Amino acid sequence: MSNLANLQLTDDGQLRHFLTPEGLDRLMLERILDTADSFVVVGNQEVKKVPLLRGRTVVNLFFENSTRTRSTFELAAKRLSADVLTLDIKTSATSKGESLLDTLQNLRAMHSDMFIVRHSDSGAAHFIAEQVTPDVAIINAGDGHHAHPTQAMLDMLTIRRHKGHFESLSVAIVGDILHSRVARDQIHALKTLGCTDIRLVGPNTLMPHAIDSMGVTTHNNMDSGIAGVDVVIMLRLQTERMASAFLPSAGEYFRLYGLTTERLAQAKTDAIVMHPGPINRGIEIESAVADGSQSMILHQVGYGIALRMAVMSMAMSGQMQQRQALALTLNPSRLTGEPRP
Amino acid sequence: MGAMPHQKHPQHPQLADTPALVSSLLGQIDQLITTQKLDQPLVVGIHTGGVWLAKVIAEHLNTPLGQLDIAFYRDDFSKSGLHPQVSPSSLPFNINDRHLLLVDDVLMSGRTVRAAMNELFDFGRPASIKLITLCSVNQRELPIQADACALTLDLDVGQYLQLDGPDPLQLSIIEHANHE
Repeated sequence: MSNLANLQLTDDGQLRHFLTPEGLDRLMLERILDTADSFVVVGNQEVKKVPLLRGRTVVNLFFENSTRTRSTFELAAKRLSADVLTLDIKTSATSKGESLLDTLQNLRAMHSDMFIVRHSDSGAAHFIAEQVTPDVAIINAGDGHHAHPTQAMLDMLTIRRHKGHFESLSVAIVGDILHSRVARDQIHALKTLGCTDIRLVGPNTLMPHAIDSMGVTTHNNMDSGIAGVDVVIMLRLQTERMASAFLPSAGEYFRLYGLTTERLAQAKTDAIVMHPGPINRGIEIESAVADGSQSMILHQVGYGIALRMAVMSMAMSGQMQQRQALALTLNPSRLTGEPRP
Repeated sequence: MGAMPHQKHPQHPQLADTPALVSSLLGQIDQLITTQKLDQPLVVGIHTGGVWLAKVIAEHLNTPLGQLDIAFYRDDFSKSGLHPQVSPSSLPFNINDRHLLLVDDVLMSGRTVRAAMNELFDFGRPASIKLITLCSVNQRELPIQADACALTLDLDVGQYLQLDGPDPLQLSIIEHANHE
């Protein structure tokens, strides 16, 4: 835990990588949300851009496909005026035999300032931040079943903007908790921000072993699970799970865990419904709910850009201050702008 | 990095009566609006001291108030990083083809005003911008001057002006004990 915090923070407590909310304190999570709040309004400007990261280079390193996450990161970087390079690793150098380490060192030598990393292996972003390029800010855009911190934090931003606080809220997270890379981060963030009633709802086959130790309650029955909650977070059901015997059928799943208008009536009347998208209509969620007045789904998309702008600018700020401090203490000549070795 | 220890300097006689400076500024603004024929100007304050002052001006003129936090437009991001507390900019009106009164409490290097103008142009194309400041310090680093200003001061190296507020508004000189 402290190791994770140390890796993500500079010596004076500034964010320099964003890998997971785990190990970050409440003050830091609130700072991320506050900064994101300020970026939400940039989307209303005639010129939807601020000059903050002008002259910085952000590289989207996607080892795994994700059109939506990649495009929101790209848009966030562009709204910060950064130069963005998107590498589809599968079709680039690594397929010609270059090792991952060599690819990363090459990108670093091109004066890249930030890598947005998406990888199917848990811990990939962490490994790169720790072992490969400590002086390049790393933002985790999803790794294995481990973490997807910007998605979890944009959900926190959605909750805070529509509910105002976390202390007295009841939050249900519904669906495939086992394979979700977001659920763990959501639990960490909710707990750190003061939420005490966190309920995980889903079939036993999709519930991680010993998850109760994280301070949450588990529910196999959807109706009792979401009874009286303020927030329902639906997780996307990866339809490929149907084939792998975790679930009997889509119809069966929808009957037991699909969010319908009748079922939503169990929650508070002003409850909000969230979903990371893309939604499977008729499998996890009824169209009337997805398009209804309690649905936050399209708000989440806009907040996602603002949240990503916030962590990118904060991590870049921390990295630059760290570089400057290091340059001053170790080698004053680096201030003159010599190329990195 | 971080906050330097500082102390309040013995008060400058004119600073002590900040309300008198504010009234004098309101008089100058009225005159500016008349002589420049500014039709229904809008008031925009720069966070935080400028917003306090802009609120007084907007009430005096009975016009809506906009506020800018220029944290995302500063020119020292590489050196100083992102300001830890950023508040959202809010312009509850369309600035296209309107006359703007841009308000800051203290005009010193001119860099804040440059950043604010850059931000304003991301919201639209105003007809004109007039710069209003309570106090101007003779340490300009950019060719920017106020159109209305209640007081001009020379300060020593290491001295800064600070506006406390919002009620009452009080200007004072701050001296950094060990500035670099």
